[in-house]
Amino acid sequence: MALDNENTLARMEAFEQDGPLKGLRVAVAGGTSGLGLALVHEFASAGASVAFVARDRTKIDTTLTDIPGTHGIAGDISRKEDIYPIAMEITGELGGLDVLINNASSLGPVPLALLGDTECEDFEQALATNLLGPFRLTKALLGALAVSARQGRGAVVLNISSDAALNPYPLWGAYGASKAALNHMTRIWDEELSPEGIRFLWIDPGDMDTPLHALAIPDADRSTLKRPEAAARQAIETIVSALPQYGRSRGRIVDEATR
Amino acid sequence: MIPASQPVQRPRDAKLLVIDDAGNLRHVPRSSWVEFLRAGDLVVANDAATIPASLPGVHVDTQRAVEVRLAGRRSLDPEDVHEFTAVIFGEGDFHTRTEERPAPPRLKAGDRLKLGPMSATVVRLLGHPRLAAIRIEGSADRIWAGLARHGRPIQYAHVDVPLSFWDVWTPIAGLPVAFEAPSAGFVIDWRIVTNLRAHGVGFTTITHAAGISSTGDPALDARLPFDEPYRISEAAAAAIGRTRERGGRVIAVGTTVVRGLEHAASAGTLRAGEGLATQRIGAGTRLRAVHAILSGTHEPGTSHYELLRAFADDRILERASHELDLHGYRTHEFGDSVMLEAAFQHYHRAWSAA
Repeated sequence: MALDNENTLARMEAFEQDGPLKGLRVAVAGGTSGLGLALVHEFASAGASVAFVARDRTKIDTTLTDIPGTHGIAGDISRKEDIYPIAMEITGELGGLDVLINNASSLGPVPLALLGDTECEDFEQALATNLLGPFRLTKALLGALAVSARQGRGAVVLNISSDAALNPYPLWGAYGASKAALNHMTRIWDEELSPEGIRFLWIDPGDMDTPLHALAIPDADRSTLKRPEAAARQAIETIVSALPQYGRSRGRIVDEATR
Repeated sequence: MIPASQPVQRPRDAKLLVIDDAGNLRHVPRSSWVEFLRAGDLVVANDAATIPASLPGVHVDTQRAVEVRLAGRRSLDPEDVHEFTAVIFGEGDFHTRTEERPAPPRLKAGDRLKLGPMSATVVRLLGHPRLAAIRIEGSADRIWAGLARHGRPIQYAHVDVPLSFWDVWTPIAGLPVAFEAPSAGFVIDWRIVTNLRAHGVGFTTITHAAGISSTGDPALDARLPFDEPYRISEAAAAAIGRTRERGGRVIAVGTTVVRGLEHAASAGTLRAGEGLATQRIGAGTRLRAVHAILSGTHEPGTSHYELLRAFADDRILERASHELDLHGYRTHEFGDSVMLEAAFQHYHRAWSAA
């Protein structure tokens, strides 16, 4: 799961001149561990300008050291007061925004609990992080995304979901319900704004070897879990195919990334 | 006029005075403004988001409190956030009318200012004891974070409650480059954006770093508006060109859009790209790019009112001002609106002949 820094730097140099995603401006909410970190890494490797949001300043600094040239923003998307400062830092530092990835997630109660045993506060925290946070951040960044869309650059919001949004797994009540709502919100956003050129997508990245998974299922056999880097490449492929300007370079990104 | 004191962007009872190109006046609910557009028209709004540009701080030498209001910047480059033009007040905040705010300590080049998490230096005074070029230290990312966390939206005494980001960002706000809200854009919501196409009306935006509207000092106010950088995308320039070719009207939402478009068109054809609007628009200006403006209500004597004189003769504007007073229109950023179509004689010859 540890990133191969030497390899990263070599690839960054290779892409420095004309990475396939050069000029693409990407924000990842929840970008210092698991899938989010892998997304920051893969996007940066492909030449995109990347800003990531996380709560922990130390983890932000570590990520900035490991993936130079990215922009680290301290904030908590579950807090209403943090949303606009985060949005302003993202668009200010990147000079606009083409892609927003809502990846930050909360399990709700840890250890996982039956709904009957779930504290209301834990349920609220899952909703605040998994549903309200993405709603607020998307709303605050909608203007910037629309600017990109009107300029023909395309604009994509990718919401990271889970199969727990579709299947009623016992113990996953707070998480599953919040992700199901996130999916439905994503579909409505897309109906409303795809005519304006802003696409809203969600994916289920599968069971990955991440800190969130370890928190939910501490005794899982990690060797059976998907690596977040693989899920990140699939996510990037999904995003790129929805961007008119970059769709043509789709195959190349995956080739380069898996080389 | 009555100052609008509630920070509500789209009050249900907002009013609109429509003034057509023959000088006819009509009072209507503002929510109906789209009905005054015609198929083939193009609405151009300012997509700038608003920086919280009021920075409480301390003048380090004297340890006296100051309020620094960022008011200008030379470009829209995300890295170019070190040097700003700033209006500096002494202690106090927006609750005191700007006209009554104490002066800052006597400022000179090299003075240090502590602005929350940021440190800044006075680079030079700009011909007035309250106006200075300042330089903020640190990386661009640190400055963006410092502004986002420490800054407050610039506001005036007519609104009593402290403004939040969501009060001053229009629904279409994108790049954070404005120092005060491009408030004419408060009329636009996503329902309007998504419905204009069904009416055959185009919609596009430019990015214009709206500066401050008032300083409380007559000598400084006379220098407004300060220079404002703007950017017009190829897509926006093309949409404006097409509208003109097909005989449609370009409707500017706000004075900043007029200033940006007219500056970009000053050499003849409207050009795409970034520019620095330095010109004043007033009674003598012949419009080359814009046919009509949707704007707030403005009091005679302000730079915004001066700009309206480019659209209509003084006797029409005087009649309009009288009507606004008579019908209880509210003014300032959360106030009512005016839609003003330029009279034929106010177009530039080259433009009106086309």
